[in-house]
Amino acid sequence: MKNEILELLQENSKYTASDIATMLGLDIEAVQNAIIEMEKDQVICGYSTLINWDKTDKKDIVTALIEVKVTPQRGEGFDRVAERIYKFNEVKAVYLMSGGFDFTVIIEGRTMKEVALFVGQKLAPLESVLSTATHFVLKKYKDYGVVFEENKKDERMIVSP
Amino acid sequence: MNIEQMISQKVKDVPPSGIRKFFDIANEIEDVISLGVGEPDFDTPWHIREEGIYSLEKGKTIYSANAGLLELRQQICIYMKRRFNLEYSPIKETLVTVGGSEGIDLALRVLLEPGDEVLIPEPCFVSYKPCTIFAGGTPVVIPTQEENNFKLMPEELERYITPRTKILILPYPNNPTGAIMEKEDLEKIAEVLRSKDIIVISDEIYAELTYGKEHVSIANIEGMYDRTIVLSGFSKAYAMTGWRLGYALGPQSIIAAMTKVHQFAIMCAPTTSQYAAIEAMKNGDDDVQMMRSAYDKRRRLMVDRFRAMGLSCFEPEGAFYVFPSIQRTGLTSEGFCEALLKDQKVAAVPGTAFGEFGEGFIRCSYAYSIEELKEALSRIEKFIHKWV
Repeated sequence: MKNEILELLQENSKYTASDIATMLGLDIEAVQNAIIEMEKDQVICGYSTLINWDKTDKKDIVTALIEVKVTPQRGEGFDRVAERIYKFNEVKAVYLMSGGFDFTVIIEGRTMKEVALFVGQKLAPLESVLSTATHFVLKKYKDYGVVFEENKKDERMIVSP
Repeated sequence: MNIEQMISQKVKDVPPSGIRKFFDIANEIEDVISLGVGEPDFDTPWHIREEGIYSLEKGKTIYSANAGLLELRQQICIYMKRRFNLEYSPIKETLVTVGGSEGIDLALRVLLEPGDEVLIPEPCFVSYKPCTIFAGGTPVVIPTQEENNFKLMPEELERYITPRTKILILPYPNNPTGAIMEKEDLEKIAEVLRSKDIIVISDEIYAELTYGKEHVSIANIEGMYDRTIVLSGFSKAYAMTGWRLGYALGPQSIIAAMTKVHQFAIMCAPTTSQYAAIEAMKNGDDDVQMMRSAYDKRRRLMVDRFRAMGLSCFEPEGAFYVFPSIQRTGLTSEGFCEALLKDQKVAAVPGTAFGEFGEGFIRCSYAYSIEELKEALSRIEKFIHKWV
C-alpha cells in the first residue's frame, strides 16, 4: 500500500489523502496515517514544486553538473567526503557514481562566475578532492519525467465510439 | 439521374450513428471538457513508434502478405498463449486486420446468408448492428441489465435463440458498460451454445484492460474453441488507435474465408503499423501495465464521485468507461447529455448511442488525466444538484 501511495505522491504531491484513498480504493484514515508515518520515517523527505524557471522573468539561475574525483577516507569511505560537499547551500544534489569519477555534484548559482568561484574556492580545495570537471547546463528539456517545452493539445475528437 | 436513388436501400435504412449526431452538437460549442472519447489519452509508447519510424527509414513501404507479416502473426500467437493460454497457428488461424473493426465486418460477411440472425447483447459498441445489416443478416438484440452487472445471462440468451440464429456476438470487456464476463459466466453461456450450430464472435479488444480480475476468453471454455472467432487489436491496450491494426483468430476455414475477403477488399493492413506492432507484442507488457494501473485509479475516482452525487453507478471491471444511471434526474439520456453540454460544457455520450437499452444511462470515458476528470466531475455535480 505504501509504495502505491508514494507513486501517486511522486506523480503529484498536491493529491490529498482523500484523493489517494479514492484512487487506490483504500480507507482515508489508513492513507493519512501511512503518510504521517512515512514523513516521520523520512521516507517522504519533503514536497517541492517542479518549475521551469526559463519561463519566468527570473533569469539568474545557472545549473552546473560537476564530476568530482576524490580519495575515500580511511574507515569512512566516501560518506564523510560526501557530507563535506553536500553541506554547502549551493549544492543541490550529490550522487556517488560508478565509472570514471566518484561524485556527481549539482550546483545552482546566480551566474556562471559564481558557480566557477564556488568550485575553485570551496569544492576543489577540499583535502580529499583530487579533481573536478564543471559542465554547465544550457537548457533543460525534461526533468523528473516531465517534458518542459511540451504544450500538448488534446487532438482527439470530442466524441468517438 | 437521381443520385440519391442510386444508393442501396440497405445502406440508407441504417440510421446514422448516434455518436455522430452527438459529435455534431458537441463540436459546435467551444471549450468543452469531453468525457466522450473511446480512445486512450496516452501516446503510443515511444519504443513502439520508433520501430514504425525505423521501418519507414529502411524503406519498408511495400505491401505485406495478405494475412499480415508472418513475424507479426507469430508474435500475436506467442502473446495469446502467454497472456490468455490460447493456441493458434500463425499460418492457418491468424489474420491481421485494419483495426478490430475490420475483423467484425469480415467475420459477419463470411458467415451470413440473408435472413440469418445475429444475437447482439446491448448496450454495446456501435458497429455490430449496421455491419450485420450490411452483410445481409438480421440483428437480434438481447438487452443486458444493470442488476445483472450488464452480463449476458444464459436464460436470456436461450430465449432469443431461433432456428435462424447463426452468430452470437460477445462484446466483453464491454464498451460502454465496462462489464466483464468471468469464467463461470462464460461456462453457462457455453452450456447453452454447445448443442447448437452457433458461432461466437468474441470481441476482446479490451482484454488487457480489466481491473483486479484477469480476462478469460470464451475460446478457453470447453467445446468453444472450435466455434469461436476471437477479435482483438492494438488500439486500446497499446494506445495505437490511429495505426489501425487488429487481428482475428479462429477456425482455419473461417480465417481462410476472412482472408479471402480481406485480400480482395483491403489487400493488407498498413505495413508500418505491423512493424510497430511486432515491437508492441515483444516488449509492450510494461506499458500496458502502466496504463492499466492509471486507468484503474481513475475508474475508482469516477465511480466514487458519481455515487457521491447520488447516482447509481455500476462498478465497471473492464475497458475505460463508467456507465452511471441518470434516471433519478427524470431526464432521458439524450436530454441529459444535451443539457449537460449546454449548461456545464461537459460532453458525455447518451447511453442510447449504444442501443435503445442504453436509455437511462450515460457513458463517461476516463481516458483523461485526473485533473480533467476532477474538473468534469465537479461540473456534472453542479448540474445534478440543479435537477435532483
